[in-house]
Amino acid sequence: MSVRVQSEAFNLQDETNLLLHNRQDVGAVVTFTGLVRNQAQGRQITKMHLEHYPGMAEKELNHIVETAKQKWPLQAVRLIHRYGSLSPGELIVCVITVSAHRDAAFHAAQFIMDYLKTDAPFWKKEYFSDIENGEWVTAKQEDKSARENWKL
Amino acid sequence: MNIPPSFTVKYFAWLREIIGANEEQIYLPPQANTIDDLIDHLITKDEKYLRAFEKRSLIQVAVDQEKTDANHSLIGIKEIAFFPPMTGG
Repeated sequence: MSVRVQSEAFNLQDETNLLLHNRQDVGAVVTFTGLVRNQAQGRQITKMHLEHYPGMAEKELNHIVETAKQKWPLQAVRLIHRYGSLSPGELIVCVITVSAHRDAAFHAAQFIMDYLKTDAPFWKKEYFSDIENGEWVTAKQEDKSARENWKL
Repeated sequence: MNIPPSFTVKYFAWLREIIGANEEQIYLPPQANTIDDLIDHLITKDEKYLRAFEKRSLIQVAVDQEKTDANHSLIGIKEIAFFPPMTGG
């Protein structure tokens, strides 16, 4: 399966090695990783909680990967998104795109992330050091624009 | 296919917190044909729905785990989900 939604941590190198195992036709691997930052607007983040819609999350991520595979000649894709409680420095998401040439790998990785941001049912709540209650992250206009730019 | 007598309605993120439940079974009044009608019904039922759907144009809808909009028909559906714009990644 090229898509996984899980609470457990993942290892980037292991995932990459799995995709490249016994292959000699690969010319390019692009890896994007999203992590939990330790601060937002000058406030210290102590924890992040990621909520998701089980079933729909997997479905949407699969759809995005399939769309990317139709647009670019990809030899393999891995997309992992975590949910649950995460600490600063932990990995949230990774996309690994494998292709014969770098162009397809670069573009597909960015495409997948841009679509994931607006189309995959995940919601982040940040907890700060100065107050007890967490705050839901609001969607950014720039994320919406990034997705729309692919249609131009 | 007919409009089923009740649906599973799911809520996520701050909508879930305002409603105070992950999901519930909603029984429909006879006049409801679309999701918009369902929301109209809910906001008269309890103040919490009024608060949850206050910024109604912002709320996103999925029917049977497919993104759609609020004028979607209720015919033949099993599960409706309401949630704010997504913030994963």
